[in-house]
Formats: sequence, structure tokens, C-alpha cells
Amino acid sequence: MLNNMLDFIPKIPVAEGTKWFTEKITDYFSFLFEPIKEHFGNFMDFVSESLTAVPPVIIILLVAVLAFFISGKRLGLTVFSIVGLWFIYNQGLWEHLMSTFTLVLISSLLSIIIGVPIGILMSKSKTAEAIITPILDFMQTMPAFVYLIPAVAFFGIGMVPGIFASLIFATPPTVRFTNLGIRQVSSELVEASEAFGSTGSQKLFKVELPMAKATIMAGINQTVMLALSMVVIASMIGAPGLGREVLSALQRSNVGNGFVAGVGIVILAIIIDRVTQNLNKQK
Amino acid sequence: MPVIEAKQLSKVFGKNPKQALKMLDKGSSKEQILKETGNTVGVNRASFSVEAGEIFVIMGLSGSGKSTLVRLVNRLIEPTEGSLYIDGEDLAGMDKKSLRRVRREKLSMVFQKFGLFPFRTILENAEYGLEIQDVPKEERQKKAKEALEMVGLGGYLHQKPSQLSGGMQQRVGLARALANDPEVLLMDEAFSALDPLIRKEMQDELLDLQTTMKKTILFITHDLDEALRLGDRIALMKDGSIVQIGTPEEILVNPANDYVEKFVEDVDRSKVLTAQNIMKRPETVNMEKHGPRVALERMREEGLSSMFVTDSKRNLKGYITADDASEARKKEVGNLQDILKNDIPKVDKETPLNEIFDIIYDSPIPVAVVEEDKLVGIIVRGAVIAALAGEGEVNIGNA
Ligand SMILES: Nc1ncnc2c1ncn2[C@@H]1O[C@H](COP(=O)(O)OP(=O)(O)OP(=O)(O)O)[C@@H](O)[C@H]1O
Ligand SMILES: [Mg+2]
Repeated sequence: MLNNMLDFIPKIPVAEGTKWFTEKITDYFSFLFEPIKEHFGNFMDFVSESLTAVPPVIIILLVAVLAFFISGKRLGLTVFSIVGLWFIYNQGLWEHLMSTFTLVLISSLLSIIIGVPIGILMSKSKTAEAIITPILDFMQTMPAFVYLIPAVAFFGIGMVPGIFASLIFATPPTVRFTNLGIRQVSSELVEASEAFGSTGSQKLFKVELPMAKATIMAGINQTVMLALSMVVIASMIGAPGLGREVLSALQRSNVGNGFVAGVGIVILAIIIDRVTQNLNKQK
Repeated sequence: MPVIEAKQLSKVFGKNPKQALKMLDKGSSKEQILKETGNTVGVNRASFSVEAGEIFVIMGLSGSGKSTLVRLVNRLIEPTEGSLYIDGEDLAGMDKKSLRRVRREKLSMVFQKFGLFPFRTILENAEYGLEIQDVPKEERQKKAKEALEMVGLGGYLHQKPSQLSGGMQQRVGLARALANDPEVLLMDEAFSALDPLIRKEMQDELLDLQTTMKKTILFITHDLDEALRLGDRIALMKDGSIVQIGTPEEILVNPANDYVEKFVEDVDRSKVLTAQNIMKRPETVNMEKHGPRVALERMREEGLSSMFVTDSKRNLKGYITADDASEARKKEVGNLQDILKNDIPKVDKETPLNEIFDIIYDSPIPVAVVEEDKLVGIIVRGAVIAALAGEGEVNIGNA
């Protein structure tokens, strides 16, 4: 009897509603999704193929040089990059590495391009902040796999839905940290810029963004790392790369291959992480 | 026309400022209003005007509304009520563009914690005000350099603010404000973050610069000594209201109420009062007209044991003692020349009390106050002690 109190209405069809909604969007916006899938997909393939076409030695050397200068001319990261990348090459995973890198690169860039302006908007408007914050919470706490479903519905399988899922999953830190960074700028500096008669955009570009740079870069670093993890998950919907190697090793219970591909991802993660972190520290 | 004129300027922070203003009208205190409505009175009906070239100091305890008031002057804070005129233009009713123009051309601000941009060099910091006006790079660098040289930092152009000491950083803040060549400098506790010695140095430097610059300066401080040193006039604030406006001397000598008096109480009067505040009209004899006989007679009249001697143009010549005068009269000496003594302690009108005290302490005769050799007053020991004790009669202005 008591239990029945909770059943005063039948099950609310949220799942059905969401499904219906997604189908409708797929229908109505297919004119948009189709060309994105095609052109953007082609573009991604092009980037990935171009990277693969470059001799691995050159890429390894370029990364080493970048690591050397960015880490303040210390050898640790440089040596690690050379050895790590060579190891991936040695294991025959170079092509997969290039695919994964392309996905991370493009989805991170898109996250930054979308995330920083939204963060700026949030920092300037309390209303925007109040609306966007819960959306960001939702985006980040929803299990990443869930995004794969609409991604497939919209864009089929391959790189493009992978990017889409990664965008939703990885953009929030950039937005949050941009907002935080700008709000943290000391009120005296903001006053100083206003007192001299700065316009809103002068204040933003000459004072707030430079002051918030370190915080924004910390957010971008997180975004890149999240993008990398999402790109691996996205192999489940056919995104190519190291993740797919892990997945196929899983399907065949091949511990050895899974471990090697996993190590490849770790190496890539460490290099990307240290490089973006050091970008932050540079004067 | 005053450069800055505030009329009934008010600022209430909170959700319902108008209600708070009504309560103020009915005589509620800042505290009551906060308790009953949750609104904070920042500034309550402040009216004042600042003339060109004047250093106008706003002084008050922490939380009395000084920072709020100075931010109303360049409208970093929107007023709840009242108007503010800069050169006759009402800032409160201005659109954003005109407001920017006034800020760029007329008002510059110096901040308590310097407000320098840490990622910019000293030169780039000083350039900021001109840069946002799109002044060509060469010209703005030239002006910024000039301003930095004026404050003695010509050699630090390419350092970052963090490489400089506090005093030097505030010089950069000052240079940045001056590079625009504004009419008005707004200085919110500009020297409060500096240690006492550097602070004094900066005060002197500001006064030095002011003799040539002749800016109109609104200077905020919670320090009475600083207010007295710098201010041509001082406004005292309490709980958002201005309770007294006056010259340093008026504030010290005639505190408008208990609050002001309390503020004034612990100021070191010896540094503030000068000779002209405590001097008396001198009793003298004229050596061109009078001899020992008259001198003795006059000393007896005034009950003095010595008297200053001048010529007809009131130039101080020396002094005579009663003993010497009666001796001279016995010897039938006709003039005062022979008994004239010259070891007179002299000060001028601007000598501060603490210096006079040292002089008068071991002098048997009163101290002479002279202006271009002319005797303008005398100071007796009792007057110094009374003034130091905060009692006694004190002259205001150029008595
Ligand atoms: N942004 C604000 N929001 C709410 N209340 C404020 C705000 N700014 C100032 N106040 C309040 O207004 C009153 C005046 O503050 P203000 O900063 O002007 O004082 P002050 O005289 O400059 O003090 P101090 O010497 O500590 O700098 C204080 O009661 C303060 O709490
Ligand atoms: Mg203040």
C-alpha cells in the first residue's frame, strides 16, 4: 500500500522523449550534419594523412626541439619525447598515433575556439554565469559514453562523431577557467584600466585576458587531456587511432597488444601535458 | 569655476538604495539602516568643490566612505543620487562615450596598491593611458618617458613592476597618471602602502612636483599627519558624511565636533602649528625716537624685564634689559645704542612649534618672529607650552 504512493503516476517517458528529440534533430538538421560529416571528415582525413606522410624522423625531431625550448632548455622532456615516440614507431603504431594526435589537436582547437568566448561571456554577465554553470556541470558529469549515442545519430561513425563527443566532454574546463581567470583579476587593475578611459574591449584584451592567461592555459591543459581520453573512448564509434588498437585487443583478449597501445597513449598524454603546461609557465 | 564640484552626492550599496536614502532623510544612522534594510551607506550627501591647483584632502577612518567618494568622482561607481561636475560638465548624466573622454582627458587615478600591470614593463605601464587613446607609439613613449623622468625613474624603463621597490612602483603609478597630462589627479591612499620614511619622501616629492605642475589633486588618506602636510583644504568624513571642510589650521584649531576633535587629538601639534599661530603683537621701543627713560617706563607699564628695539621701519635692531636701561638712566646716557644687545633668538612665521620649543627652552628673552628683518611678533615660553598642550589661544590664518 505504502509502496503504491510512489506510483501515483506511470513512468515518465524521458528516455523515449530524448530519443524522439534526437531523431527529430537528426531529421531536421541533416542538411547541416551531412555536409559537416563530409567536408569536415575529409579535412580530418587530409590532416591525418599529411601528418602520416611526413617522415617520422622529422616529426620526432620537431617534437624534440619544441620540447627542448618549451621546457626551458632542460633535457628530461626532450629525451623522453625522442625515446617515447621512437618506441611507438618501433611498435608499428605510428599511423595510429598520427590519427589520435589529429583528433586531439582538432577537437582541442575547436574546444578552445568555442570555450574561451563562452568563458568571457560568463565572466561579464551574472545571468550568463547562472545559466551556463549548471549546463557545464551536466556536460562534465554525464558519463562520456553517453555522448557517443547522439554523435552517431548525427554524424554516423568515424572521426567526426568522435570530435563532436570530445567537444561536449572536453570544452567545460576551458570555459570554467576562462571565467574564473577573468573574475580573479584584481579589482584595482580593472579599475585602473577603466579609470584611464578604456573601452570594454581594451579592458578585456589589454588587461583581463593577459592577467587571466595562466588560469586559462591551465583550463586548456585540462581540455586537451580530456580530449585525449575522449578520443580513446570514441574508438568505440569507429574513430581511428591508438584507442581502436586498445579496443580490438580488448575484444580479442590480447593483453600484449592492449598494453603496448595503452603505453602509446600514456606517452602521448605525457608529452602533450608537459608541453601545454610549460607553455603556461613561459613569460 | 571649481574643477570638481560635488552636490549632494550619495551612494548606497544594496538592493534598495532609495529606501535607505529616505531613512537618512529621517535621521537614521548608517548602522540602523544596515540593520533594518541590509543596505550600506557608502557616501551620504557629500557636497564640496575643489578649485584649480588645489590639493584637497579627504580624510576619515576606515569605512567612512573615502574610496567610494573618490570613485564617484570618476564614476567608477554609479551615484545613487546627486551630481558631480568636472569643469562644469555633469558626469552623472553622461553617456559612456563622453565619460570615457572625460576620464581620458581630465582625470587620472593613482591607486593604493599601485594598480600596475605586472605583465607590462615600466614604460608600457606609463604608456597605458595614451595607448588606449591610440596615440602613435613614438609620441606616447616620449611622453611616458618624460613622466617617468619627472618621478626619477628614467633608468628603469624596461624593468617589470615586480622588480621595483614599493616606493618606486608608486612612482610608476604617479608617472602613469601624469603621462596623460590630466587636469585632476585622484589619489586613493596613494602612499598608505609605503613605509613611513618612503612615504614622507613621496609626500615631499608630490609637493615638489605640485609647485610646477599645478594639478588639481583629490588626495584620500586616513592619516591626519599626511592630510595636514599635503592639504590646502581637508574634508573630514564620518559614516559617509562630510563633517567638516577647512584649511589644516581651521580643522586643528576649531574642530567642528567631537568626532573631528578626537581625530585631531593625537596629532602632533608641534609639527603642525607654526610661529604665526602662537605669536603675540610685540611691545617695542623705537631707538630713533626713544631713550632709556622711555624704555624703562614702557617696560614697567607692560611688566616686562626686557624689550625689543626697532627703528622707525620696524626693522629689528636688538633688545634691551630693564637692568641695563636703569643703569643707563643713572649715567644719563641719552640713547639706546650703547646698551643694545644683539643675541636675539629669531624665527620666521613658518617655523614649526617643535623647533621653536628648542630655541625658546634656553633663551632668557622671548623669541622674535621676523619677516625680512622686520619684527612681526614675539613668542613667549608660556604660549609654546600652552599650544603644545592643546590649549590656549591660537591665531588662525595670517594674524
Ligand atoms: N562594493 C561595495 N558593496 C557594498 N558595500 C560597499 C562596497 N564598497 C564599499 N562598501 C561599504 O561602503 C562603506 C565605505 O567604504 P569605503 O571603501 O569607501 O571606505 P574607506 O573610507 O575607503 O575605507 P578604507 O580606509 O578602509 O579604505 C563601507 O561601509 C563599506 O563596507
Ligand atoms: Mg579606501
